Amino acid sequence: MKLHEFQSKEILSRFGLRAPKGGVAITPEQARDIASDLGASRLFVKAQVHAGGRGEAGGVKAAASPVEAEQAARALLGLRLITEQSGTAGCFVKRVLIEECADVTRAIHLSLRVEPSVGGIVLTGSTQGGSGIEQRAAAGEATIERLFLGAGDGVPLAETGAFASRLGFHGDQNTALTLLIKGLLGAFVELDASLIEINPLALTADGTLLALDAKLSIDDNALHRQPSLAALREEDELELSAQQRQLNYIRMDGNIGLAANGAGLGLATLDMVCAARGRPANFMDIRTTATSLDIAHGFGLILDNPNVRALLINVHGGGMQPCDTVADGLGIAMRRTGRSLPTIVRLAGNNAAFARQRFENFGCRIVDCPDMWTAAQRAVAAAAA
Amino acid sequence: MAILVDRDTRLICQGMTGWAGTHYTDSMLQYGTNVVAGVTPGRGGRVHLDLPVYNTVAEAVRETQANASMIFVPPATAAAAMIEAIEAELPLVVAVTERVPVLDMVRVRHALMGSRTRLVGPNSQGVLSPGLAKVGVMATGSVRPGSIGVVSRSASLTSEVTAQITAAGLGQSTTVGVGGDPVHGMSMRDCLELFLADPDTNGVVLIGEIGGTEEQDAADYIRAVRPQIPIVALIVGQHAPPERRMGHSGALTLSSQNSADAKIAAMHRAGVIIVSSPHLVGETMRDALPSFSRPRAVVA
Repeated sequence: MKLHEFQSKEILSRFGLRAPKGGVAITPEQARDIASDLGASRLFVKAQVHAGGRGEAGGVKAAASPVEAEQAARALLGLRLITEQSGTAGCFVKRVLIEECADVTRAIHLSLRVEPSVGGIVLTGSTQGGSGIEQRAAAGEATIERLFLGAGDGVPLAETGAFASRLGFHGDQNTALTLLIKGLLGAFVELDASLIEINPLALTADGTLLALDAKLSIDDNALHRQPSLAALREEDELELSAQQRQLNYIRMDGNIGLAANGAGLGLATLDMVCAARGRPANFMDIRTTATSLDIAHGFGLILDNPNVRALLINVHGGGMQPCDTVADGLGIAMRRTGRSLPTIVRLAGNNAAFARQRFENFGCRIVDCPDMWTAAQRAVAAAAA
Repeated sequence: MAILVDRDTRLICQGMTGWAGTHYTDSMLQYGTNVVAGVTPGRGGRVHLDLPVYNTVAEAVRETQANASMIFVPPATAAAAMIEAIEAELPLVVAVTERVPVLDMVRVRHALMGSRTRLVGPNSQGVLSPGLAKVGVMATGSVRPGSIGVVSRSASLTSEVTAQITAAGLGQSTTVGVGGDPVHGMSMRDCLELFLADPDTNGVVLIGEIGGTEEQDAADYIRAVRPQIPIVALIVGQHAPPERRMGHSGALTLSSQNSADAKIAAMHRAGVIIVSSPHLVGETMRDALPSFSRPRAVVA
């Protein structure tokens, strides 16, 4: 679960992270009031969206007065900001953060994340902050320092101090950065974070460390023990509703509805549709624990999507979820929505034959394919027809 | 004959008395797995599925000489169950639980260091040695004893690929699901090492996906040891949108290293045969096996 910049900064302030003075507005008038309260002559107005690449997409605007802040907020609020990560639908801007512009002497990059390859928390830092740090490191334009922190407890200050030195922080600055890292690591563990990224982290003329941007993401699997953070969840409602029904549904922008029982099978199906030059309207992984009613909810989402021209169902029936369970899910959804689509199926494993009978019984004429590559090609043809 | 599980496996099930535990323990018993006991704290002394139930893993191991555990415990307490099994020094622990918090798994990884335990999972379908033992939740309708090892991050693709291997006239020595979570126990490389040391495994299928870099680690290992048997890989997620978790917690592209393309390139460099679709795995493996590609002439 991703949190907005203003939420991340507010939450992490309890752990010693400081940020420029600012406030959040949902109307241009509020933005003007916040700007005049701040009294600064240099301000930033920043769209609060979950997708990265915001700055490049024009989601951050400079302002030199309360009136300019109001104008910037008016331009951003209600916008669908399309960034490199948002997809073509973009992210709706509901709030803006108005912040003072800091007096920066240098800016670094700092992040904490769980790294699968080492099975623990890894701290990374770079002397050069700003966007595209990975690409710049790959091109040899920036170096990334790394420190393995295991489960995050019992990390000696000497190790983080040496890390801070490698980033060029000495004396009092070294102490300040070491303490900040200690605080952020404490936050990471206490909040069940999956990512904390402060980029850029600025050192100001008066020696303060200020987070100019902050990203905090919480491990979805730990939200049950982080109720106050779970309450801040603000993700796609369709996708959340699917999750509650044992489905992993991800919206995409094509015209072929996909359903598969299993994440890997779903990814393989997605790949094949794309390889056949089709455009998936969604990814849908039906978990083993989903019942026909849960599955009907998922098919309902697909049938409700006006862009969808064909449905591709790829099922490998198991003991807990035989093929007919998925077939019945579609039957229920078709009766509920009154809509049917050209339906291309590939069935294998338990109760494949019975599932074909079920489709016939509820009046769904299927195109039955022997393998998923054939099915993908037929689905692409059906969507184009 | 197989890796990790066989006829010598003496299995306990942590969480056996729960709904999932009951269902799947029953199916493992039907398959012929030697399940010797269940463990549920507070339920010690009962009999469930004709098996004794103990309060702790240590007690169960002492009483039954178990050498493996299967974990069906819900996500919030799954890590504690894994650590209990590791502390009881069980050689093999298989966890199917989905949605275990990742920092809990970091703690489990810490407990594994220097221990006697091999952990498979979590978020894994388990381990199956056809005809010998099933320690997992997979369907067994399309499996057949044979000589192909399968190691996978996806349960559904394992079922799919296993069926294709069987359809091609081959069978499986063992299938292992390393799990769909970012931090887990045995890696693809660890499993590959066991398969290459198994005299009865004549080919290995690797099923990878976006997220993490364990396919690259496996590829590095293959480059280093130059195996004498064919290795076929299927990597999925080439067209998945970036920064989205695609069903599995671990199926997430954060950097170019996590992409399917990077993994396919690494496998290619290691001399692994890449297939683009699950339905091609069986035939591709059959053609790559020396004894199958050159059928012996039949003398009339």
